[in-house]
Amino acid sequence: MKTKDLLDQLFPDGHSIETTADGLLSGYAQTAKGAIAVMGTTGHLALGVEAALSLAQFVLNVVKQSPGCPILMLVDTQGQRLSKRDELLGINGYLAHLVKCLELARIRGHQLLTLVYAEAVSGGFLAFGLMADEIHTLAEAKVRVMNLPAMARITKLPLEKLEELSAASPSFAPGVANFYQLGGLRSIWSPPLAAELLKALDRPPAGDCRREDGLTRQGRTLAGRVAQLVREA
Amino acid sequence: MEYLQYEFQGTGQPKLFRSAVLAGVVSSGNLEVLIEAADLNGRCSVEVRTSAQGYSDIWRAVLNDFAVRHDLSNLQISINDGGATPAVVSLRLDQAIEEYAEPRHD
Amino acid sequence: MTDFSNRQRVRSYYEANARYRIAHLLDAESFSEILGPTERFTSPHLEALGLPCAFDDGIVIGRGCLNGLPVLIASQEGGFMGGAVGEVHGAKLTGLLELAVIEKPAAVLLLLESGGVRLHEANAGLIAISEIIRALLVARNAGVPVIGLIGGVFGCFGGMGIVARCCNSLIINEEGRLGLSGPEVIETTMGVEELDASDRALVWRTVGGKHRFLLGEVQRLVEDDIAEFRQAVIETLAKTVQPLDLEALEREHLVLEQRLSNYGSCRDSSEIWRMIGFDDPLRLPLLDVQSFLHAAGSLDLEAS
Repeated sequence: MKTKDLLDQLFPDGHSIETTADGLLSGYAQTAKGAIAVMGTTGHLALGVEAALSLAQFVLNVVKQSPGCPILMLVDTQGQRLSKRDELLGINGYLAHLVKCLELARIRGHQLLTLVYAEAVSGGFLAFGLMADEIHTLAEAKVRVMNLPAMARITKLPLEKLEELSAASPSFAPGVANFYQLGGLRSIWSPPLAAELLKALDRPPAGDCRREDGLTRQGRTLAGRVAQLVREA
Repeated sequence: MEYLQYEFQGTGQPKLFRSAVLAGVVSSGNLEVLIEAADLNGRCSVEVRTSAQGYSDIWRAVLNDFAVRHDLSNLQISINDGGATPAVVSLRLDQAIEEYAEPRHD
Repeated sequence: MTDFSNRQRVRSYYEANARYRIAHLLDAESFSEILGPTERFTSPHLEALGLPCAFDDGIVIGRGCLNGLPVLIASQEGGFMGGAVGEVHGAKLTGLLELAVIEKPAAVLLLLESGGVRLHEANAGLIAISEIIRALLVARNAGVPVIGLIGGVFGCFGGMGIVARCCNSLIINEEGRLGLSGPEVIETTMGVEELDASDRALVWRTVGGKHRFLLGEVQRLVEDDIAEFRQAVIETLAKTVQPLDLEALEREHLVLEQRLSNYGSCRDSSEIWRMIGFDDPLRLPLLDVQSFLHAAGSLDLEAS
């Protein structure tokens, strides 16, 4: 879905969100429940050090200027930027900084929501979208760690074997349905999107529920139990 | 993956109860050996999970040699193998049983 | 004739496996493992793929003491699947960080050696790393410092590179590597002109311990000796823990902005090192750690 269409559907009451030439969007919007801060990426952005800093700056500004304002993250990324220069500068530190800023916002009472509207890949997803209290996607979204042929090359497992096994197991192949079953996503949104957003805003944050969801949906049957056994050890 | 199981009559006196010992790492050409006390009337049980198919006779030979080298009794030995050679298997078994019998403070 | 009488045996952190590192980092005999190999929480995903499992799924966790202080500790086994994070491995680490909030140890020590997400269970691994990040930050907010140690063969990459930089403090040896995308990944996707992963000197200049120390990505650089790591952790724990608040993050933001502004056009770390103030940057990789630290000590490095 095009960014403009997405924003129009999400915010029929209006918004002042700006998109930049370097693949970022940020600003505020109106909803029936009040103002909401919005930030994210466009054009399958490869998330590099500059983008991470800009997004982090926006989060810090929201924390300082708009106490308690919910933050909606709109995700369309092809993953982290792959460049020697970004590695040289310590891109993992920049992405961690963004992650820490988002956690600060959560601690300060800002509800964090994510909507994946196009692509969400690996490190690009980990650096902001995956930090939300609730992660939602559009049905047409593409969520993945890596495509299967690349996975086959790196693991040295035959592609046919991966394809065969992915029919029975949601644990590695790309796809919204797989991530949903593992508890990685809260829900898949259908139009009208503004109504879905309002329902989400109505639900108070309740901690990281992804392991419970993974168990209920039979996608991750061990994670919740293992963590619980450790806590009880 | 192949799953192999062996049992043999123990030798020597059962050791005083020891907490389990793990030797080795499951990497290519390596293996991990877990030794635990087990109430088996003096016998020993070995289970092997290995990525290398078709070597059950070699495993039996290596385990027999191992049983001859040490006093083994009332033990459960569990192995995850990443394709180690018989020499490396013997080495890890020896490391594990020596640690089990005489814990070092290295 | 060399006098060995006072020399302690040096135990290489780089060459040690996960359990050995714990045994020699902590106070002797103080380690008590949680969910150890006898519990047999192996990966069902690896089994489904016909691959060998590890009884501890490649991570050792538990309680121990460091200089008499109670700590929780996790040590990733690089030898197993490159230390990569799968469902069980990840849940052990997340659970440990959640236990830290309950028990309030003096610290959580994370011995990081990982390529990131375990591709064989990719989706579960990615979600797991996100859960680890959240649990780590919750532990920090509950007042428990999280200290990361890096220095093994497989380095600390992928999502674990982000986890590392969520820690209060990082300690690395010269052999250690810390980054996001591994050099091989960059070479495969962007070409050898972008990064020649077989050029070891280049790789270590780019993501290795000395560069990360000069850049401010890690707080301590030590010799490859488990005793040195231990001492560095003890010294780190003796310092006041800075809370992760707005002030701290604004400070970090300025530092990162400054770094980008100063070095964003540099094409090699030797350019960065020259700008930092080293007249002969290409000599730096050749210096032993003590000489290197001495040379670095006379400069005003990025505060972090």
